Amino acid sequence: MTETLLEIDNLSVDYETARGDLKALRDISFDVNRGEIVGIVGESGCGKSTLISAILRLIAPNTRFRNGAIRFKGDDLLTRTEEQMRALRGGDISIVFQDPMQTHNPVITIGKQMVDIQHRVKISKAEKLATAARMLGVVGIPDPEARLKQYPHEFSGGMRQRIAIAMALMSEPDLLIADEPTTALDATLEVQIIERLKDLQRDFGCAILFISHHLGVIAELCDRVVVMYAGAVVESGTVREIFHNPKHPYTRRLIECDPGHIKTRARVLPTIPGEVPDLANLPEGCIFRERCDQAMARCAQVPPLTRLSEGHNAACWLNHAEEIA
Amino acid sequence: MTDIIADTSKSRSELAIIIAGVARDPLGLIGLIIVGSIVFSAIFASWIVPYDPIAMNIPDRMQGPSGTHLLGTDQLGRDTFSRVIAGGQVALKVALPAIFGAMTIGLTLGMIAGYGPKWLDNFLMLLFDTIRSFPTVMFALAVVALVGTSLQTVVFVVMATSIPTYGRVARTQTLTLRNSEFILAERAMGASMARILGVHMLPNIIGVLAVLAAMDIPTVIALEAGLSFLGLGVKPPTPSWGVLLKDGYALIRQTPWLVVGGGLPIILATLGFTFLGEILRDVVDPKLRKNR
Repeated sequence: MTETLLEIDNLSVDYETARGDLKALRDISFDVNRGEIVGIVGESGCGKSTLISAILRLIAPNTRFRNGAIRFKGDDLLTRTEEQMRALRGGDISIVFQDPMQTHNPVITIGKQMVDIQHRVKISKAEKLATAARMLGVVGIPDPEARLKQYPHEFSGGMRQRIAIAMALMSEPDLLIADEPTTALDATLEVQIIERLKDLQRDFGCAILFISHHLGVIAELCDRVVVMYAGAVVESGTVREIFHNPKHPYTRRLIECDPGHIKTRARVLPTIPGEVPDLANLPEGCIFRERCDQAMARCAQVPPLTRLSEGHNAACWLNHAEEIA
Repeated sequence: MTDIIADTSKSRSELAIIIAGVARDPLGLIGLIIVGSIVFSAIFASWIVPYDPIAMNIPDRMQGPSGTHLLGTDQLGRDTFSRVIAGGQVALKVALPAIFGAMTIGLTLGMIAGYGPKWLDNFLMLLFDTIRSFPTVMFALAVVALVGTSLQTVVFVVMATSIPTYGRVARTQTLTLRNSEFILAERAMGASMARILGVHMLPNIIGVLAVLAAMDIPTVIALEAGLSFLGLGVKPPTPSWGVLLKDGYALIRQTPWLVVGGGLPIILATLGFTFLGEILRDVVDPKLRKNR
């Protein structure tokens, strides 16, 4: 029996700017079940970061929630007080950030930081240090006791990211948000971190919301994928469905553009022509219309996100072919 | 092997590491020796001074350096060396509380300005700019006219005029830090505002302010000397380096030794604290420490 842990329901978020409202997220809906790894993929500026900050409610002052709900264990986070949100952050919901070189306080030892992060737990400092050392061992840092006395700059990038993961898992969260945790690392380390995350997910049983623009990583790690484009979900489904049977032209193009998928030597790497539309001044109809090579008259209307098969949704008129009069 | 490393780093406190780091640099060592001897002589002044610094001895007035009077005597026959030592005590009595107070208040206000709401930031900045717009000596004149000369008045004037300097530095640091990734990470992990400011921002700011304070001490000593020179500082029988300079200035043709006695310690203290501050800047940052 799968239980829904995080439920994003018709979420719309705007940024108030001098040029007018920037529609950063529009009618986002997807679920994360307990113990499941869900990937969110999309190019830069598609709203991935806004989504994370909305879930944690660590938002810029000009952010406006226009519509929808973020339910965590059935409880709407948008109606919670700041105090209640703070209890959730680093408690039931944890996060690992993109750049491991920046996420640790440079003037405090790793040990002190790992003890400090356990501020909610009422145990002695020695016990907290022991927990910290144990967690460093879990993520594969050799000689953890001695390492606790070192400063962040004495660790390599891959180690720092593993420390960040250790810190995020310390509170045994139900949901771990990983915000492009491997983007700043080189390819071999990327594999290491992904393998580590997989193992840890199995041991800790937490759900992971994995944000990335690297399709290979998503395919390797995730159970389900949500494809975002310009602040909206264009397609969502199981990894198998999305990668073998993409139903939205954007997903198809994204997969074609992934260097890992290119078999023959090409003079020019494939790209998707055009740019992401201006979110403050949205075009009429389907947001992908201007870059889509299969655009048609019907695309002047916004296509709904419709269920194509069990666990596979896409927002494209091409999947409604039989309905075209 | 690793046990040995662990043990040494455990037994050595942060302060010991910093002092050892400063002493490793020749300039830092000189600074440390000068500052150390000033502090030492100030603490143990009453045991070091060969004569009572305020006892007059008219027959021995205006003598040059000799075996009995190391730096000679002034126009009232007081031993200049004893007065220099006692003057150091006065200098530190003004500089240390004033700097410490200014640093603590400036740090607190600066962090509040940097992390708090915009209106509070604007208000505190306006306050800092207002204080800074007063010329220090004019401000001192006004306060002295109001409450009279005393050590406390000098401390107050120095402290009040130094707060904006520390406040502004602390504010700038806080502003830079508040948008840094690791502070965002702390917030994302549920740290409260007090925890972010106290545990995570403070250690990042305090080093910069400590360096600023070390460099500021000579300025304050010179300011106290300047105020005393103008007759606005400590009351006359109390020996201060400024008072020594003032007396020496009047008698420079008869006995130049008074000017040397008052001027040399000011120069030495300035050099000592500046060297210390320079080296301290590199040593307090754990990232730079490793490379030295």
